[in-house]
Amino acid sequence: MGVKLLLDKANVPGIRTYEVYRREGGYRAVEKALKEMTTDAIVEEVKKSGLRGRGGAGFPTGMKWSFIAKPEGVPRHLVCNADESEPGTFKDRYLMEFIPHLLIEGLIVSSYALGSNDTYIYIRGEYAWITDILEEAINEAKAAGWLGKNILGTGFDCNIHVQRGGGAYICGEETALIESLEGKRGNPRIKPPFPAIQGLWMRPTVVNNVETLAAVVPIINMGGEEYAKIGVGKSTGTKLISACGNINKPGVYEIDMTISVEDFIYSDEYCGGIKDGKKLKACIPGGSSVPILPANLLLKTAKGETRYMNYESLSDGGFATGSMLGSGGFIVLDEDQCIVKNTYTLARFYRHESCGQCSPCREGTGWMEKILQKIEMGKGEMSDIDLLWDIQRKIEGNTICPLGDAASWPVAAAIRHFRDEFEWHVKNPELSQTSNFGLQHYADPIHVPA
Amino acid sequence: MATTFNDTQMTEFKRLVARYPEGKQKSALLPALHLAQESFGGWLSTETLDYVASLLQIEPIEVYEVATFYSMYNLKPVGKFVFEVCQTGPCMVSGSDNIIDYIKKTLDIKPGETTKDGLFTLKLVECLGACGYAPMMQVGKIYKEHLTKEKVDSIIAEYRAQAANN
Repeated sequence: MGVKLLLDKANVPGIRTYEVYRREGGYRAVEKALKEMTTDAIVEEVKKSGLRGRGGAGFPTGMKWSFIAKPEGVPRHLVCNADESEPGTFKDRYLMEFIPHLLIEGLIVSSYALGSNDTYIYIRGEYAWITDILEEAINEAKAAGWLGKNILGTGFDCNIHVQRGGGAYICGEETALIESLEGKRGNPRIKPPFPAIQGLWMRPTVVNNVETLAAVVPIINMGGEEYAKIGVGKSTGTKLISACGNINKPGVYEIDMTISVEDFIYSDEYCGGIKDGKKLKACIPGGSSVPILPANLLLKTAKGETRYMNYESLSDGGFATGSMLGSGGFIVLDEDQCIVKNTYTLARFYRHESCGQCSPCREGTGWMEKILQKIEMGKGEMSDIDLLWDIQRKIEGNTICPLGDAASWPVAAAIRHFRDEFEWHVKNPELSQTSNFGLQHYADPIHVPA
Repeated sequence: MATTFNDTQMTEFKRLVARYPEGKQKSALLPALHLAQESFGGWLSTETLDYVASLLQIEPIEVYEVATFYSMYNLKPVGKFVFEVCQTGPCMVSGSDNIIDYIKKTLDIKPGETTKDGLFTLKLVECLGACGYAPMMQVGKIYKEHLTKEKVDSIIAEYRAQAANN
């Protein structure tokens, strides 16, 4: 049983309400931060904790906070990114739905540290019922004096507002999110200027993921140094993993990043093994954008070492033989799943979600979808596989925002590790419509040009 | 259908606008469009978009470009209940294809179509963040998860009964 810092109280009956949350020790971090700490000291604790952005990029949170500009007389804003849309990821939803006050508490402390008097939660529009839960929690916190004017007599004013998005994956990208919060299309901005200098309404802005902001609460309560002792290396603290696909126990799990991938999949405490006694074929360990790995490279690194559920171990071997922890969206595929079809649905997803600003992404995602559909339908040619490889290479790195990369990586990794399955589809147009390639030989990793 | 908010809707609209600094009322556009869609029959006509533009004191084109960008805004009339079924990777590996086929057959409509009685519209959507509870669909504000054919039958029956009672 690993350490739990975020979900330790998630099963307490009534924890969604202010009364129970407070009784269980909630809002102690706000008391401590606002009464005993300077804003700089809070940033320093977050830096010491080693906390890394939990939305997917893993950027050090304390460092991000320290970049915020503080020009005289210009308001600053904290924005919570609750636009959880990466396929395979449903952890923020769980946290907000079942323990909303943890996020509100983290937001108050973080708003104080950054000097944000009006803080916004940008939540994906589809999570409509969670918007209601958050607004209820905000009203409760306000009634109890944790929000509003002159909080705890410190002179600090803070209000939190929840805004629903309109259904667009791209708004998880922080500058697209800011555009959307301003009432515009979610087109990512060219950087610089970075949001820390000119963000929401051109004011200094920090955008952080839900889980990141919730993690500020235990960091303040226990101290950054203690928090950093949990985990391993630069993977400090705990991480929420949302596990899905062909496993016995899909759900959201909090791990301390010292558990092996094999234990995570097969132990009864977590995924409980592959469904219906089938065999593991592949896994996308960090949300749909990160490279898919065949079973052999998932459980062990290319060097034959045990692979663990943390930032460093999952990326061991780079993209040639590794993947990423990403957002923690852990998608498991069993022996009956078709890699071509899975890749096709993801390519369709990215085509649908491309904002259309950059030609390589707008055009390239459409081509990839069409070619993958052609191969999936048994109408592909051998040259299509090389064409796919070529297209993804030309999207990656050539777009304003990371959606281009996110669309390329799943296609590249599928071809890199499962090229033989793509070839089998081309060579067996009829058979591929009625049966699956299954668990045959996994292609050796191919060289990835720098 | 009238394209003017009633008093309750107008109060909600004003609450939404008040969340942003003065002069930044355009920020309320996405929530205002949700409110308009809920208020005016589940979709946004050009008249509705123009109305929202006038309320926010912005140009109609600023509303059109937003309404056409985001997938949750319906720009054509829809049925009373819209089945938005997720078809992305994690749902697909959990059997969403079978659910989609079953809904198509049961309601005798294709994706994008509405049943003749005006009750149901089928929409295929991309990841809704319910991957661990797949297959799933969204109906209005609610997620219907762990779908099976039997569950789809009972959901359809439930909504038919709801419509008959109104």
